[in-house]
Amino acid sequence: MSSLIDLTASAAARALRKREVSSRELTKAFLERIDAFNGSLNAFLHIDHDGAMRRADAADQRLQSAKGDDDGLPALLGVPIAVKDVLTVEGMPATAGSRILEGFVPPYNATTVGRLLEAGVVILGKTNTDEFAMGSSTENSAYGVTRNPWDVKRVPGGSSGGSAAAVASRLAPAALGTDTGGSVRQPASFCGVTGLKPTYGRVSRYGLIAYGSSLDAVGVFARNAEDVAALFIQMAGWDALDSTSIKLPLPKIDLSHGVDDVMNGLRIGVPEEYFIQGIQVDVENAVYTAVRTLEKLGASIHPISLPYTRYALPVYYLIAPAEASANLARFDGIRYGPRLEADAMWDVFRATRGAKFGPEVKRRIMLGTYALSAGYYDAYYGQAQKVRTLIKRDFEKAFQDVDVIAAPVAPTTAFYIGEHSEDPLAMYLEDVFTLPANLAGVPGLSFPVGFDSHGLPVGMQLMGAHFREDILLSAAHAYQQVTDWHMRKPSQFN
Amino acid sequence: MSLTLEEVDHIADLARLELSQAEKLRYREQLSAVLDYFKDLQRVDTANISPAFSVIPSGEKPSELRQDVTRPSLSIESLLINAPDAENGQFRVPPVLDYEE
Repeated sequence: MSSLIDLTASAAARALRKREVSSRELTKAFLERIDAFNGSLNAFLHIDHDGAMRRADAADQRLQSAKGDDDGLPALLGVPIAVKDVLTVEGMPATAGSRILEGFVPPYNATTVGRLLEAGVVILGKTNTDEFAMGSSTENSAYGVTRNPWDVKRVPGGSSGGSAAAVASRLAPAALGTDTGGSVRQPASFCGVTGLKPTYGRVSRYGLIAYGSSLDAVGVFARNAEDVAALFIQMAGWDALDSTSIKLPLPKIDLSHGVDDVMNGLRIGVPEEYFIQGIQVDVENAVYTAVRTLEKLGASIHPISLPYTRYALPVYYLIAPAEASANLARFDGIRYGPRLEADAMWDVFRATRGAKFGPEVKRRIMLGTYALSAGYYDAYYGQAQKVRTLIKRDFEKAFQDVDVIAAPVAPTTAFYIGEHSEDPLAMYLEDVFTLPANLAGVPGLSFPVGFDSHGLPVGMQLMGAHFREDILLSAAHAYQQVTDWHMRKPSQFN
Repeated sequence: MSLTLEEVDHIADLARLELSQAEKLRYREQLSAVLDYFKDLQRVDTANISPAFSVIPSGEKPSELRQDVTRPSLSIESLLINAPDAENGQFRVPPVLDYEE
């Protein structure tokens, strides 16, 4: 097979079961491609050549000793994936993109990682991220920016930019990411891949290095909705080790229905608040065209309003930093990571944190500490939590009348490296369309719906009611049956 | 609104962050701009609105509490392996309290 790296995760799983390809061949093909291109992309922070080949060989042995193509074989046996470097993989470095975790090698697997390993995956390595997932471009990584495969002068989005760039350039068929304010959906949009942020509580966060605990969700990148569903179904579900995970039956995701079956009767809401001044014209046009395509396939389109959308930005940038300021208190040079020596413990904390956290992380810790501090708590954090209730109600009300909400993922396509680096607020504004889903806890799926005049991918997101990932995935899968945006490849990495 | 340098010092102290003078000046400017942009939020009427401490939909309860019994956990050795300084199965730290010789 000339193009192993062109196999989607699902196609690879099928080919492995039919013994048309071995996991060793497949894994080697991706590792060779990573070795060839990671220098120009910086998508991976850690490449686990030996561990990946060991797991691939173990998968091949299992395939050889199994009878037929079923015989209780795990669903993703032998399929290589990448993991964002904020999730722990036992024995593999985890930096969260920060100097303060340099050298840290976690002694346990994140639940999502453990479940996928049980499902048979081979982990190629850890992907780059904005430091502690705080950013929209991966420029905040302490280990250098990841480059967008569609134009290496541009950012891949963030914070899961390494995973998105890896999937877009076929350094991996699928990858794990995390989404606290858009960190799966926005890089998926910027890199032309499909990315899911599940419902809050659907997927365990055990082993995720926490940023904003009331917002964080572990998600998936792949080249199409079918693959996203295949990984999601393996990692979703209640976990005794995450008290915020919900004990609900696993979602049934059946993608075998015809396009007509999925689209007939599907009610799609289009919120006016997501088509605002300042949005790039190409983005608006591509999203409207995609909505019309869904309509032609049988869906009905309904203009809706989510009136509190404009407050999502300040609400998020008070709540997330407040939670971060507490979560990141654990990084103090005592239990892991480097330590700057001083005579007293408090000075060790101050010196280590001051020297090893990067500028954006310090900025958010400062902002969050301020929002929680005596005298300002009610005006900032308290008020933000109340307005969050109003944002959540917007969605609950909308989902009484529609099944999904269609909207742009970001106001622009991928921007240039350095374009926003001197202006934090301009960077925060890139997140306006992704923050509301995190604040309301609802799922969101980003997938490619066109290109702008520079040849950069444009994504659209579908948001659904709590725990209705199935509708989002079926709708995107149906769309991908009749379009080929998701099949395009960046010419420089063809 | 504009933060004072004293406020920046106070926040950095609460957050246990050692900042250079240049960082303090930069954060004063940037955080003031961000907070200024956020003042819109104060105008939203939230008189009868409860804070959203949970986004889990009402009706879906989080998992039940686990039994309070001992269960296997990671070994002490594996948890200390990443520590910059450890001794006798414990993390070793500099003095917490001031003391005189």
